[in-house]
Amino acid sequence: MTRLERKESLIRIALLVVAFSAVSVLVVITVFIIEEGTPIMVKYGFKKFLFNLDWFPSEESYGLLPMVIGSIMVTFGALVIGVPFGLACAVFLTEFSSKRLRRVIKPMIELLAGIPSVVYGFMGVVILVPFIRETLGGPGLSVLASSIILGIMILPTIISISVDSLEAVPPAYREGSIALGATRWQTTRMVMFPAARSGIIASIILGMGRAIGETMAVIMIAGNAIAIPRSLLDPVRTLTSNIALEMAYASGEHRQALFATGVILFVIIMILNTIANVTSKRRKA
Amino acid sequence: MTIAVLFFIIFFILKKGLPVLSFKFLTTNPGEMGKTGGIFSTIIGTIALTVTAVLIAAPLGIGSAIYLTEYTRENWVTRVIRFGAECLAGIPSIIFGLFGFILFVTKLKFGWSILSGSLTLAFMILPTLIRTSEEAIRAVPYVYREVSYSLGSTKWQTVTKVVLPSAMPGIVTGIILSVGRSIGETASVIFTAGSALRLPTSIFSSSRTMSVHFYILAREGISMSNAYGTAAILILAILAVNLVTYAIMHRFMRKYC
Repeated sequence: MTRLERKESLIRIALLVVAFSAVSVLVVITVFIIEEGTPIMVKYGFKKFLFNLDWFPSEESYGLLPMVIGSIMVTFGALVIGVPFGLACAVFLTEFSSKRLRRVIKPMIELLAGIPSVVYGFMGVVILVPFIRETLGGPGLSVLASSIILGIMILPTIISISVDSLEAVPPAYREGSIALGATRWQTTRMVMFPAARSGIIASIILGMGRAIGETMAVIMIAGNAIAIPRSLLDPVRTLTSNIALEMAYASGEHRQALFATGVILFVIIMILNTIANVTSKRRKA
Repeated sequence: MTIAVLFFIIFFILKKGLPVLSFKFLTTNPGEMGKTGGIFSTIIGTIALTVTAVLIAAPLGIGSAIYLTEYTRENWVTRVIRFGAECLAGIPSIIFGLFGFILFVTKLKFGWSILSGSLTLAFMILPTLIRTSEEAIRAVPYVYREVSYSLGSTKWQTVTKVVLPSAMPGIVTGIILSVGRSIGETASVIFTAGSALRLPTSIFSSSRTMSVHFYILAREGISMSNAYGTAAILILAILAVNLVTYAIMHRFMRKYC
């Protein structure tokens, strides 16, 4: 083997090692979070941990149910607001707008994705929360406020992935449908949507993941009370804000319980990611 | 509608924040927990954290992309790598924060520091870097490589002398996007870099970034006007990042597409 060849094969190996960096980071994160979070779950009892209503760390009572329900409500609310708007926007961009308009709007949507979540939270605090308090009553810091802000925050994810999958539908499908006399809207609804379905579902699932995982914006506008909300106007605490709020001063078992909260969040996110991954794979096949 | 929301946010923050901005606001350190003074130390903190994170993540990201595009075919290895990167991209920042806290801050005893914060951020931006670099490298026409091989160069020479220079604008775009993400990141940074207001002196000192500062100011109601000012700087930074990305991308696209 010449020197040059040896160098080449060394480089190949080095690059392979580097290429596994992302995977190894993922593995290390999984191991650390689970290692730190599971002991308390085992000790306290997994069922009790997940379904107990009381979270009083000072009295060693760790029930996550209010936060689990809080996360589910807020995420569902975000989807109710984000999905129709997002899909409408995607359809408009691919089917009803000129190429030039699309070139202007797409970077703007990316910009919307780039705005830091604290800024969204802040907008919620100074505009949306007072508005809800005055018009609908209640404390303002609520499920409703968080759902609206999260709905806006997941728009870019939903729009960009749906646009990609709508654009990936072969033009012949659309042309064929229009040639059969279908209107634009009929074509969109009966041809384009079914053809792009898996991509659209993936976009919704990824948006869902983003809504569940969002922390800073939610802390600022959800009110963070540890109770199952009775209406949309009640304050709520999510899994993520539970971690972020108490991490600063938690120690010992309390801290472990927060890591356990992280484990639950992590598992939910991984399930969602895998589903999104599988659905979008199927589209390519 | 979406665009309206965007304009509303930008307009609102800038309208309230721009009057607060002044040369003095940018160049004095915060006083009384941020009630008075400016945001100088948080700007430095943000820059230090972001630059370190990119320095750590860029070689890893670009290396991975080179391997995926130039050195292998699609097989189970690339599938595992891609799946890993995609999952990593979907993990919420609070989980990164927990992980960074347990590994860097406590286990490795880096404490709340720029080092811990930037390592955590580096992991967060890695998937973006891999994806954008990969796309950029794939966009380089295959002929370029063939010509280089026909001149007798090795694979590595081809990669460094031909492929990477042509893919550079695309790679830079990815780096700038990650810079944008790092600037806006709060949840993970607050647990790993801490929130000290002093001017950081080394990568082992704790530092507060602009977004953390903004969060604390707004949440604890310390000073609304300073919060607006910080938010305006954040928004301006993100705007600038996006504009530059767009400009570079545009030029890149025109060259190859």
